[in-house]
Amino acid sequence: MSPKTPPQPAEEPLHYPDVLLRRILKEVRTIAMVGASANWVRPSNFAMKYLQGKGYRVIPVNPGQAGKKILGEMTYATLSDIPGRFDMVDVFRSSDAAGAIADDAIAIAAEKGIQVVWMQLGVRNDAAAVRLEKAGLIAIMNHCPKIEYGRLFGELCWSGVNTGLISSKRRKLAS
Amino acid sequence: MSRKPHKSANAPAQYGFETLAIHAGAQPEPITGARNTPIYQTTAYVFEDAEHAADLFNLQTFGFIYSRLTNPTVAVLEERVATLEGGRAAVCAASGHAAQFLAFFTLLEPGDEFLASTNLYGGSITQFGHSFKRLGWNCHFVDPSDPENFRKALTPKCKAIFIEVLANPGGVVVDLEAIAAIAKDAGIPLIVDNTIATPYLCRPMDWGADLIVHSTTKFLSGHGTSMGGALIESGKFDWAKDGKFPTMTEPDPAYHGLTFYETFGDFGFTMKARTVALRDFGPAMSPTNAFYTITGIETLPLRMDRHVANALKVAEFLDGHAAVKWVSYAGLKSSPYHQLAKKYLPKGAGSVFTFGLKGGYEAGIKLVETVNLFSHLANVGDTRSLILHPASTTHRQLTDEQRLAAGAGPDVIRLSIGLETVDDLFADLDQGMPKAGMSKAGMPKAGKK
Repeated sequence: MSPKTPPQPAEEPLHYPDVLLRRILKEVRTIAMVGASANWVRPSNFAMKYLQGKGYRVIPVNPGQAGKKILGEMTYATLSDIPGRFDMVDVFRSSDAAGAIADDAIAIAAEKGIQVVWMQLGVRNDAAAVRLEKAGLIAIMNHCPKIEYGRLFGELCWSGVNTGLISSKRRKLAS
Repeated sequence: MSRKPHKSANAPAQYGFETLAIHAGAQPEPITGARNTPIYQTTAYVFEDAEHAADLFNLQTFGFIYSRLTNPTVAVLEERVATLEGGRAAVCAASGHAAQFLAFFTLLEPGDEFLASTNLYGGSITQFGHSFKRLGWNCHFVDPSDPENFRKALTPKCKAIFIEVLANPGGVVVDLEAIAAIAKDAGIPLIVDNTIATPYLCRPMDWGADLIVHSTTKFLSGHGTSMGGALIESGKFDWAKDGKFPTMTEPDPAYHGLTFYETFGDFGFTMKARTVALRDFGPAMSPTNAFYTITGIETLPLRMDRHVANALKVAEFLDGHAAVKWVSYAGLKSSPYHQLAKKYLPKGAGSVFTFGLKGGYEAGIKLVETVNLFSHLANVGDTRSLILHPASTTHRQLTDEQRLAAGAGPDVIRLSIGLETVDDLFADLDQGMPKAGMSKAGMPKAGKK
């Protein structure tokens, strides 16, 4: 193996500093959600509805639903079909499929203003993350933006989850 | 937005146990800035609008509905206990027994089986052996002295292994790491009751435990004031690996077809225990008890240091007493469990242990009835020292064989050593011992280590 391409072993735990996640969640306004489901009981639909409630615009990407609306937003078949600009891609697809989605995002990043590709809980593609970072994008893997938003902005602790946050300052309320 | 590399940047702040015992879960309240955790003595919470209400009931958003499910005071305790155990999430319950019920209801279907150590709190043996059986959950009890006994007892229907690391009524330490490896090989979770050790003395998840249960009534609350239990999940168990846990990985008809593991990931077990088992059976912890327990935990490290220091001194005193036949305390060098205690409980082998008098059952009963500082009652983990005859109380419902296997035979006396002046504890026990066997140790031992 060439030392120039050190793929991380899949077992290596991922850790993203809270300050990075907080910044992403504060600065991003528009999210393209690849794999958004029209079925209201699916996790992607849960996450989309939650993020909408927190003030994000979420644009669903799902070829099977193209031309139809999910939670009030028009669905597109691919990222490049989305007419306007968007800050982040949220990947609700398999780890394998995440590679091609990352490459699509890299190809249109400058035109669309994409800064972050965020792969959902259970989705991890280390090679794609390396390509994204080489292209100047931020890659987050195996995390859920809904859960991280809840954790960092004081809602997840209501469910008894260990948020890892320790502070003697007043807890900040979510928007 | 900055595009600096991030993955190698700072790891999560690693605070010490004492800091976490005070701060975890308890940031000042956002509106008033109240520094201590308020007691949210309320049953319900107003919704913003009808859609917010529906989102909450659907689990589409985080928030409070009704204190049977979640309560802000209880939530602080849940996060604190999860943090101290090194877990991902926790759900509290009305008692330790209720927490065990939540764990097994979330794991098992009727007809399923699990393995449990024979060295358990007597109430757990009765809960598992009799009451759970009526729900179709079948427990096989296993002698934990050889961890391989668990492997031999496994059946295809086994869904969990349950142990106490430092076992009640006392002195027995179980080889946690070896048993965790057997559970891992079998693809089933290891559940540890960590009540007697507390996370200050032992953190079972560091050795491979997947779920932990507590009676928070004991050392965590610490003052004999407040009933409670907790169920903690590590977040590391893969519920989807081989289809053994459909309650976690298949759509749940009790929640409009929601799939808990897929939706909530590494805290899915806790979510399911809360939103199905706690919702439908109702053993919720009261916010007032949560408040007392939160306050108790803040001094857990200080109290445990004194508990174990006093316990070792009392065990040594008894070991040297002419009227005493045997002492079972893993902190004594003579204990067969001393090496395991050094490995798993380096800060001390707890403060609950057993001993027997040369005068047997009769002398034991007399001691229990004549002590003046030790309280004769069925509890452990109080600031006060406690004394009990397990065979006639906590282990009463067991057969003679079960009692012997659990370390609760007819001559056994259980002590839970409190925080009093240790010389006073020596004197109180000594005055209740058979006078024929006057203390050969006497008071001078008091000053010893």
